[in-house]
Amino acid sequence: MGQAAVSVVTLAVVRAPVSLPLTLVVALVKGVLVVFALATAAAYLTLLERKIAARIQLRIGPNRVGPGGLLQPAADGVKLIFKEKAAPAGRDRVLFQIAPALAAGAALFAFATIPINRTICVGGHGGAGPLSVSCAGGYLLHWDLANVNIGLLYILAVTSMGVYAIFLGGWSSNSKYSLLGALRSSAQLISYEMAVSFAIVGPILLAGTLNLEQMVHQQQGLWFIFLQPLGFLLYFTAAFAETNRLPFDLPEAEGELGAGYHTEFAGMRFGLFFFAEYINMVTVCSIATVLFLGGWLAPVWFLPSWLGPIWFVAKAGLLLFVMMWVRWTFPRLRYDRLMQFGWKVLLPLGLANIVVTAVFVAVR
Amino acid sequence: MFRELLGGLRATARAMASRPITIQYPEEQRPVPPRARGRHILHRYDNGLEKCIGCELCAGACPVGCIYVQAAANDPAHPVSPGERYAVRYEINLMRCIYCGYCTEACPTEAITMGPRLDLVDYKRERLIATKDDLLEAWSGFTTMSQGVAPGLGRPASQPTPMGAGSPHSGPAGRAPGLRPVIPAASGDPADTPPA
Repeated sequence: MGQAAVSVVTLAVVRAPVSLPLTLVVALVKGVLVVFALATAAAYLTLLERKIAARIQLRIGPNRVGPGGLLQPAADGVKLIFKEKAAPAGRDRVLFQIAPALAAGAALFAFATIPINRTICVGGHGGAGPLSVSCAGGYLLHWDLANVNIGLLYILAVTSMGVYAIFLGGWSSNSKYSLLGALRSSAQLISYEMAVSFAIVGPILLAGTLNLEQMVHQQQGLWFIFLQPLGFLLYFTAAFAETNRLPFDLPEAEGELGAGYHTEFAGMRFGLFFFAEYINMVTVCSIATVLFLGGWLAPVWFLPSWLGPIWFVAKAGLLLFVMMWVRWTFPRLRYDRLMQFGWKVLLPLGLANIVVTAVFVAVR
Repeated sequence: MFRELLGGLRATARAMASRPITIQYPEEQRPVPPRARGRHILHRYDNGLEKCIGCELCAGACPVGCIYVQAAANDPAHPVSPGERYAVRYEINLMRCIYCGYCTEACPTEAITMGPRLDLVDYKRERLIATKDDLLEAWSGFTTMSQGVAPGLGRPASQPTPMGAGSPHSGPAGRAPGLRPVIPAASGDPADTPPA
């Protein structure tokens, strides 16, 4: 029982005094890099998605723009920018402008606390390990925008903002399809937010911290997916609903709602919603990587550990591939089945998972 | 439940691993069925004479009236076709044509058949009216002559042959007048040369 007390991690941080301008410059550079990387990733995920869809349907997919279709995302972007910005007459002008920006903004913000590598010490001695960070005489370089102790809570809070974007988008369009899509999406996202939260309580209990970097350090030796297989499955399932992806894409069910909440958006306004969906996919897959798949840790012990970002991207990429694979395999759930699944299956399973994990942690 | 879900995923994974069946159309083309009714071809006899005798039966048989034939009498010294007359102008409006093939059935000399060519598209409507130049089969004799060998015709390569095989008075010169054309056997597919 004495071990249980360790579950509250005290982080000993020895920081060298760092000048404010340097901190600001580094933050700015990292911010620009993250936004640029996410935008590129989102653009190329659309190409990957189309390629995967094509191969599943025995087609070839886009291959006309650039070698092997590699410039297709650029062509799509140019097309979206030059399209007419058609908008319904009875729209709420302010919210109609804000909603797409909010969608993309919330999606981008969420990535701020995800570490893609261990903190390293530039130009000094020391580094970061479990429970300790030291960097004498150097600059402590975090591989995320903000290394905060409530990283996971921050992500949960910011991703919930995405619901506002979708709902305001549907509401401000003054269209019945958009409104129905928005209503469905609010109900769905709020229900599945519960499932997501319950699913990530398991890793939190095991790691004893909300700091994402420390959570990865706790997985050294044994990833949480082996301790929390059910938790991972619950999280990944709910992630599909959180990102409005296909088995649960009721908010934009094209068969019955046109395109749901973004029916009335054209040009780059629609583009921002689309962009947000793909960035959200990157985010949920990155969170799953950090919480369950050991983040930047090498998959097997003999592989070099200094390739952290590569391992991270590989793991997140694998999850992204699975998300696309699932999208082009399964049909859409009916709406009532979706809500039933969320409340009557995912939520009780999540609760059971929490209880079992808590008992396991307590007696360990 | 999981068995069914995994079964679905396995099916799509198998599809992903297999080869796409797409044919990249303009670059690679599927072979056309032998009796496909594509754009028409006006044929020649083996010696280069046109089979068409300008009788206009095709124009009469055409249910949509898309064929226009203007006939003229053959010059006995330089005949274009073995008959009395030949077609000076032969035009088919490919936008109006319904590719029924009645013209080929009406033709007494099998001068017109439906060819294998299916890519009947253009940016200008005017170019979709096929003239005799477009329709007339190229004659292999012209090709061999331009290579310097003119079997049986004795025409030196230095004298260029009009390659615009469809121009009204482009009968192969240097041939003995009144030579009976060798008519190929009526049975069997006409020796259609696909347009280059």
